[in-house]
Amino acid sequence: MNDALELVKKLRTFLPVESVLHETEDVRPYECDGLSAYRQTPMIVALPRTEDEVAEILKVCHALKIPAVARGAGTGLSGGALPHPQGMLLSLAKLKSILGIDAAARTARVQPGVRNLAISEAAAPYGLYYAPDPSSQIACSIGGNVAENSGGVHCLKYGLTVHNILKLRVLTIEGELLEIGSDGLDAPGYDLLALMTGSEGMLGIVTEVTVKLTPRPEKAQVVLAAFEDIRDAGNAVANVIGAGIIPAGMEMMDRITTGAVEEYVHAGYNTEAAAILLCESDGAEEEVAEEIERIDEIMRQSGATEVRISRDEAERVRFWAGRKAAFPAAGRVSPDYYCMDGTIPRKNLASVLAGIEALSAEYGLRCMNVFHAGDGNLHPLILYDASHPGELELTEEFGAKILRMCIEAGGTITGEHGVGIEKINQMCSQFKTGELEMFHAVKAAFDPESLLNPGKAIPTLRRCAEQGAMHVHRGKEKFPQLPRF
Amino acid sequence: MQEIIDQLAASIRAAAAANAPLCIRSGGTKDFYGQQDKGRDGAGGSILDPSAYAGIVDYEPTELVVTARAGTRLGQLETELNGRGQMLAFEPPHFGAAATLGGCIATGLSGPRRASAGAVRDFVLGVRMLDGRGDDLSFGGQVMKNVAGYDISRLMAGSLGTLGLLLEVSLKVLPLPAEERTLRLSMSEAEAVEMMNRWAGKPLPVSATCFCDGELTVRLSGATSAVRAARAVLGGEEITEETSFWESIREQAHPFFRSGKQLWRLSIKSTTAPLSLPGKQLIEWGGALRWLSVDAGMDNEAVQALVRKTARDVGGHATLFRSRTPAAAVFHPLPPAMMNIHRRLKEKFDPMRIFNPGRLYPEL
Repeated sequence: MNDALELVKKLRTFLPVESVLHETEDVRPYECDGLSAYRQTPMIVALPRTEDEVAEILKVCHALKIPAVARGAGTGLSGGALPHPQGMLLSLAKLKSILGIDAAARTARVQPGVRNLAISEAAAPYGLYYAPDPSSQIACSIGGNVAENSGGVHCLKYGLTVHNILKLRVLTIEGELLEIGSDGLDAPGYDLLALMTGSEGMLGIVTEVTVKLTPRPEKAQVVLAAFEDIRDAGNAVANVIGAGIIPAGMEMMDRITTGAVEEYVHAGYNTEAAAILLCESDGAEEEVAEEIERIDEIMRQSGATEVRISRDEAERVRFWAGRKAAFPAAGRVSPDYYCMDGTIPRKNLASVLAGIEALSAEYGLRCMNVFHAGDGNLHPLILYDASHPGELELTEEFGAKILRMCIEAGGTITGEHGVGIEKINQMCSQFKTGELEMFHAVKAAFDPESLLNPGKAIPTLRRCAEQGAMHVHRGKEKFPQLPRF
Repeated sequence: MQEIIDQLAASIRAAAAANAPLCIRSGGTKDFYGQQDKGRDGAGGSILDPSAYAGIVDYEPTELVVTARAGTRLGQLETELNGRGQMLAFEPPHFGAAATLGGCIATGLSGPRRASAGAVRDFVLGVRMLDGRGDDLSFGGQVMKNVAGYDISRLMAGSLGTLGLLLEVSLKVLPLPAEERTLRLSMSEAEAVEMMNRWAGKPLPVSATCFCDGELTVRLSGATSAVRAARAVLGGEEITEETSFWESIREQAHPFFRSGKQLWRLSIKSTTAPLSLPGKQLIEWGGALRWLSVDAGMDNEAVQALVRKTARDVGGHATLFRSRTPAAAVFHPLPPAMMNIHRRLKEKFDPMRIFNPGRLYPEL
């Protein structure tokens, strides 16, 4: 406690009283992010208003060896912003100005606390928008998007955060400013812009982001297809891509999901179908018309039992409403749900889904599957009730097995939500000792004393040894006898 | 194939033990790029040639992912992809038939399609590499979305072999456009910069731009209907020799690139008005890339300083891309805080500083 008071005193020499919180009731709201199963109150919360204040705060942390955990809007799903008990929670929520939009150059310069959707709203008068659209885009901040390399339903065509940012201002733990990237399309030296993106607040604190803006397509239209067999739906996705089409969005939902969302938003889904696919085309009028016709044909040839094409914008929005409501719908049919985030090569979809179904029966826990089908990113939602003793632990075990299956299928434990605290044990399965050591070395190059978000994303070798995780290396050694091409 | 890796790893360990620099080189098509390094100017260094580690490891067109060994010829890889209706969308320059995938990733150079499709690094999904201790490490993977661990695979793109020896690379690939047309319009440089940016702000299928000698050349790529519609909007004359034209820009065979003594590459904000610099210029990437060809007699330090300052003032950087003066600094100087991070990263990946020392910066 004395540490806390001393720190408060130091911070208040340059921060107003309301920017430094330390009373239990004041710091309580910061005890978790979107992954509420993990909670920890921080020793102190700082709410800087300017880049200079962030730099001063970091200098204090560095001098006193106080861990600092950055937080944006707190919508993250992997516990990346879970506070450190002896540390500072550094909220960037007050840095929320859009500093400028350069319509001619198609860029926006924003502070880290600006909401993802607010950028697109500000760019709308120029016919532009910010393409990555995570489902939390109404609330999530761009700083958090950079920390997690967030995706969204349109990223197969338009890319992830890493593809849509040009420049960052970053403060090191010493409070030193790094300008990473440039106003051009590349920068001299190593690609630190890529390294910072998705680094979960462990290498530096982002204080400004220059994002790329994309011209809004003339038109968008969506095909809604229903399948009696989930394998047919998987093949339909491969067939669309095999035909040379990159859809603007391609989403799959299984029967348990469509049932839950239909009851909630009445999107007009066929709830008898084993799976439904949403496949969107966007671009020029003529282009969309041509592409939609081909997608329609491919869906039918792939065994769709029903194909509907959105007739107008209202219907397109309604078709999407169901997908966007999948998470809240899970919250309606179950007291709690646990969202997983593995990515797999799409060809292994049927076997992974069958595996999840078997695990669901084994654990006696229901599981809804929503899937960014175009890029192989699976979001199984395990439904559970935290008030039943032991059910959360069972759910976590179930989830860990799903992630292990994703690695064995040649995929990864996290496509877009980050490792955070949640998937730190599974990192031991995905990476070899030397690779984990290199991750630690990269962190040390930026933050030698490990003060920025310590204990997240990269497990210590001891942790891996203790849990005895067997290394499964992207399924590489699984079928050595098979010819590869 | 494992024996080749074992041999390469043994060479690295031996070099590390002897503190002897290694120059990573396969086809040698990009020897001209970067600073002269210890490995090449005979300061006890030797060539490390991974070209025997070649071939496509895995390619399934419907997954949009290809994994190939670093020694694979770039031409062979592109032929395989084209045969299945796909491509490397960043349109990399080869600079010779011997170009390999490893060199393509290590130099990080992208071609005419970069402004619309993305750069080399945007398509890198995963790498397998040997670090400066000879350890066999893999980062990233073979899937589109992957945020497990720091993005070391993309960090390798453009690192000029200074962080490790690439063994395998997984790349996202894209379908070949159904239709491509190239148009040519006469206009001034200022008008060209304005038009390129105006078009880029609209949903038009512009896939490449090039301004040189009062002519703006524009390539449209995409669905047949979209290309047809855009052609009507843009106007201009359609050219028939479009494939050879864009190849001449990508491969720097176009007369512009052979005209001077030094070739500078200025990567700047796309809307920057025409730059007033000595020599001739050619513009690509919607205005974001300005090539500057400097004549003999103007390859002096004053001009170098002017070029660097000009690029810096408009939010970009300048690279001395081709030069006949080997001692000149090639890449834009980094501020001290950035150089510190670079030095520390180099130390982590290559503690004995054996890989291509000095090729990116003298400090690395």
